[in-house]
Amino acid sequence: MKKYIISSFLLLAPMLILAQTSLKGMIMDAQNSKDNLGVSGATVNWLGTSIGAITNNKGWFTIPYDPQYKKLIVSYIGYKTDTIIISNTTPIHHFITLEKGLNEITIRSKRNAVQKSLFATANTFTVNNDELLKAACCNLAESFETNPSIDVSFSDALTGTRQIQMLGLKSPYLQIMQENIPSIRGAAQAFGLTFTPGTWVESIQITKGAGSVVNGFESISGQINAELVKPFSDAAFFLNAYSSLNGRLELNTHLNKRVSEKWQTGLYIHGNYRGEKFDKNKDGFLDAPLANQINVMNRWQYTDAQNGWVSFITARFLNDEKQTGELNFNPETDKGTTNLWGSEIDTKRFETSAKLGYVFPDLPYQSLGLQLAYSKHQQDSYFGLNTYDIEHESLYSNFLFNSIISDTRNKFKTGVSYTYDRYNELVNETIYQRKENSLGAFFEYAFDNLDDFSLTAGLRIDTHNLLGTFITPRLHLRYAPWEKGVLRASAGRGKRSANIFAENQQLFASSRGNKGNINIDNTNGNIYGLNPEIAWNFGVSYLQKFNLFDKKGDVTFDFYRTDFSNQVVVDWENPQEISFYNLDGKSIADSFQIEVNYELIENLSLRTAFKYFDISTNYKDGKLQKPLQPNKRFFANISYETKLNDNKAQWKIDVTFNNIGRQRLPNTASNPARYRLATHSESYSLLNSQITKVFSNRFEVYFGGENITNFQQKNPILASETPFGPNFDTTIVYAPIFGRAIYAGLRFKIK
Amino acid sequence: MKKVVFIFSIFLIGFTTQGQQVKNKKNAKIAFNVDGICGMCKKRIETAALKTKGIKFAIWDVKTHQLNVILNEQKTSLKTLKTNIAAAGHDVKDFTATEEAYAAVHPCCKYRDNKIILDHEGMLKKERN
Repeated sequence: MKKYIISSFLLLAPMLILAQTSLKGMIMDAQNSKDNLGVSGATVNWLGTSIGAITNNKGWFTIPYDPQYKKLIVSYIGYKTDTIIISNTTPIHHFITLEKGLNEITIRSKRNAVQKSLFATANTFTVNNDELLKAACCNLAESFETNPSIDVSFSDALTGTRQIQMLGLKSPYLQIMQENIPSIRGAAQAFGLTFTPGTWVESIQITKGAGSVVNGFESISGQINAELVKPFSDAAFFLNAYSSLNGRLELNTHLNKRVSEKWQTGLYIHGNYRGEKFDKNKDGFLDAPLANQINVMNRWQYTDAQNGWVSFITARFLNDEKQTGELNFNPETDKGTTNLWGSEIDTKRFETSAKLGYVFPDLPYQSLGLQLAYSKHQQDSYFGLNTYDIEHESLYSNFLFNSIISDTRNKFKTGVSYTYDRYNELVNETIYQRKENSLGAFFEYAFDNLDDFSLTAGLRIDTHNLLGTFITPRLHLRYAPWEKGVLRASAGRGKRSANIFAENQQLFASSRGNKGNINIDNTNGNIYGLNPEIAWNFGVSYLQKFNLFDKKGDVTFDFYRTDFSNQVVVDWENPQEISFYNLDGKSIADSFQIEVNYELIENLSLRTAFKYFDISTNYKDGKLQKPLQPNKRFFANISYETKLNDNKAQWKIDVTFNNIGRQRLPNTASNPARYRLATHSESYSLLNSQITKVFSNRFEVYFGGENITNFQQKNPILASETPFGPNFDTTIVYAPIFGRAIYAGLRFKIK
Repeated sequence: MKKVVFIFSIFLIGFTTQGQQVKNKKNAKIAFNVDGICGMCKKRIETAALKTKGIKFAIWDVKTHQLNVILNEQKTSLKTLKTNIAAAGHDVKDFTATEEAYAAVHPCCKYRDNKIILDHEGMLKKERN
């Protein structure tokens, strides 16, 4: 027995031997700070072997040693690779030097304000800050005016709120996120886009079609993600003031500060105000609401690059008040009476989020992420004698893990999510309450052959208390048949509960919103008695970049179809009523777009697009085109920039032209003759322009005009003289109500 | 018997020592220089690396010519990787690409040709202005 024990000891002996035959050393850089000269992450290996080691965060390494190894190679990105002759195990100290000469070349090519990638699998493009500055861009809703993929329309004649659409479908069918956390949804659907000030937006990523499964199952026609300014990269101080002849004043201030080595914080304050009354079309109603908004955001950013931790903590508070209606309406005396018709919409919103990310220091392709968000949204409003209040509390949590399968050609994301939403609504005298919660798991696989083909395939399974248990598959493919050409295809499913009142709240500012005129077909569904909306989206897109007369350009063809298996049909076809019912038959939205970008001459570029929509739904009265939806749109934007001079000063000029085609108007045939509208609106054109003078990288001023040709819808409010009568309707709006608006503003920043 | 066990143990000492020294790491980080000049070279080098079984991650720096890889030493060796990169037409120390493989790289990637290297530098300078 003894001998076996001895043998066992002998077996352990190698450990001791190993401990003795290793080499220790430290790799340093003279340019590092005095107290930490060490270079972490440098590679050392024995010449001609696969034995290597990486230095720790103090610059130290330990590598197995054998007298047969003579040359130690030290390498680090951006530094000269050195070979050190080793003859014994005495610890070494070695300085590495920057790779000079090569480093001095920096490549500076002009970055496009809108970037279309040849390599992304999904049909995604990024709109960066330069592009956002091309229009007045007071808030997120107005950030899309120079973008042909997103259409901006008006939802009603009272608030002038801009609605966005993609592929011919309104924003509820888009998933709008802030830093990958779904944000503009539920109660925030109608006005939410106006609650993010334009200066807070750093960049926007727009994905057409199915989107990713990582952030939930709700997206149907596309995803829009707005990245907000970050304390780390934003200017130390930024000030933006804006004033428009339509009475709007805005002020934005950003303050960013480094608190410690790893913590940075930013405080962002926005206020806007409109106190002046306008009634240019002489219908007795305000053309634009009286408004004031205070919006405050505080962000904390934690970065520990060495250990791979990143975190964001954000808190935000908003108070928004709007008053609209008849010119002389005074809420103090006229609210709840029929003296004068008026409306007030007060919104309070609080939201907070925390994000935590960890990148494995030794495995750059592997990371963990956790997103947590809570929001409480409360809107109290009345429209004449109609009341609409909504309270929405929401919780979102998502945990994800990114890694690879065998190598970085095969990547995956997987994780779990939990969401909770509580709604409490008061519609005239009826209370609607509901709670939604869902638990889901997802897996998304991405393959890239590093050449001409890539795909992203995602699947999620959710179990939801009202929508049931269901799967959401989504697929994106990319194939590059030849140089600079990319063909993409996507398919995916989306499912959501329609917040019928929040999404269509303009209905309350019409006789349709009166008690008894709102019809909901009760089919024992879980959401207002209705069923969830389910749709499949399919799309193909082809992008070709080209060089013509030595100038760069690209052309894109897109075709997308959204096919609803169920939709909550919103039926405006009876001029005194509104009806909501489950789809019986077909509802298909087809959209086709051709877009051309071309640099005409140096610094002068053209972007132009033509779009065709066919959006038809089976209503109870038969198949109809979606109302207030132009069948054709033409878009052109010309932008010119003078060369930057030595002080970084330049001029920038932008002109945007839109032609909006004929739109079908809701049926008004049963109205008295003077309140009847044509079946279709005429097509019309809009022109916007902005000139920016950049004095230096600190200061710039801008001056612009919206709707320069002064096109206005003649009678946006039906029966404006009898607002409490049966024919009052502010919902049929197909063109701007406000005429030309000239504005000016300034931006000042200290890095 | 005693002797046999003892000898066997001694034998194992040497063996395990060896085993420890060339310990096969699943995520070994290694960097070495690969010759090349441009973005196209970058793509070719990284693709050749990633297509080698056992290579998990590869990134080549145009400026420093350094290739950083993460590899599973149980599945591949540095020798295989370097051979594959040389086969794709790019020189690695002690693993020179054959004339045939070098001939196959795109004309703009002829890193052995001084004129082409200068051309690239010229381009870089042009874009800088």
